[in-house]
Amino acid sequence: MKFFITAILALLSMSTSVMAAEHVIGQKNKAFTKKSITIKKGDSIKFPNQDPFFHNVYSMSESKSFDLGSYAKGVSKSVKFDKQGEVIVQCAIHPFMKLKVKVE
Amino acid sequence: MRLWIFLPLLAICVESAAEALFSKDEIRELRKQWLLPAPTLHPRHKQLSKLGKKLFFDTDLSIDKSTSCASCHIPELGWSDGKSTAQGLDGAPLKRATPSIINTAYSKVLMWDGRADSLEQQALMPFFDPLEMGLNEKLLVAKVASNQEYSALFAQAFGDSAIDSARISSALAEFQRSITASNTRFDRWLKGDESALNNEELLGFKLFIDPQKAACAVCHHPPNFTDDGFHNIGLSNQHLEDPGRYRFTPISLMKSAFKTPSLRLATRTAPYFHDGSAKTLLEVVEHYQKVGAKEHNFSPSLLPVNLNKEEKEKLLAFLNSLE
Ligand SMILES: [Cu+2]
Repeated sequence: MKFFITAILALLSMSTSVMAAEHVIGQKNKAFTKKSITIKKGDSIKFPNQDPFFHNVYSMSESKSFDLGSYAKGVSKSVKFDKQGEVIVQCAIHPFMKLKVKVE
Repeated sequence: MRLWIFLPLLAICVESAAEALFSKDEIRELRKQWLLPAPTLHPRHKQLSKLGKKLFFDTDLSIDKSTSCASCHIPELGWSDGKSTAQGLDGAPLKRATPSIINTAYSKVLMWDGRADSLEQQALMPFFDPLEMGLNEKLLVAKVASNQEYSALFAQAFGDSAIDSARISSALAEFQRSITASNTRFDRWLKGDESALNNEELLGFKLFIDPQKAACAVCHHPPNFTDDGFHNIGLSNQHLEDPGRYRFTPISLMKSAFKTPSLRLATRTAPYFHDGSAKTLLEVVEHYQKVGAKEHNFSPSLLPVNLNKEEKEKLLAFLNSLE
């Protein structure tokens, strides 16, 4: 019986982690590869830098503020969006690089 | 007979020297990257620009009638002022150098700290700065309206002679879009004039774009020699305590970070850097050789530079060809 409950709990936690998706949005030619994206609460976005120079990824939005620092080509970092709302993601080095994330 | 054999040999030698620097395919690729496109202009650019020019040079448009845009953006000085930091009304010291307006038609952000997103937005800022021209919106419009000569120019530009600050800024912005440099010797070389650059200058360009050597192009990107980005370049005399871009983007990477300036006609815009601390282009190059990642909040984009004397001379020769 105890084993049965543990197994069900394990299955449940597996299924929630499978349900949370990881989206990929690159930084290429001084722009995010998408201008906007709609994701589900709990999803994360991975940001690979595909340019031969540094980019940064940060947000000051109310529902999610973070700073991934700056990183070089080939490196990627990801962020989990755990609250509903609209998040504007930018590169501090190149302020015209903007991505709108709608978290449902 | 002997000469006859010799000449073709000589021709082959000369050609291979040029070939060794850049292949035809490389030049084609470089041309695609570095040649400036025509700037995006307003359909009524000519009329707007004519009005903007008069506004730009009009000293009446300051609180004491002493100062116009051109008091600091002096055409003969590369549309800058030759001073390390600018001077405002009554010689009031301003904290940064006057940036040149050359090729700002291509800028995605303006001012050393990027506080303006467009030339239109930027154009009114100095008028309303109490240290620079000392006006407010009402005073500016009244001063323009008091000069009869403007009436016809506004009518030509906008279809009627009504004067407001939005019209003033759009005329000034459009005039500034006409201040471009896109036919330097370097540009002429890109377009196919092989004689426009000599070997030393071409070797300098190679160093400029080589990520293992001078790596200037990491920030001084094609085509406008700027990434429109912000970097802390580790200037040691930060006694000015200037937060730079950090004021608008408060993350540590932006502390004392300033906008990458463009380089065409930089030969005319000494001194250099946001604080005017480098008197010559050689001092600029030597700065990048001296600084390193140990500086606080130093931009990660700046790679260690290690050029010998000959390489520095070549790099400077290239910078001087942007003229
Ligand atoms: Cu960036």
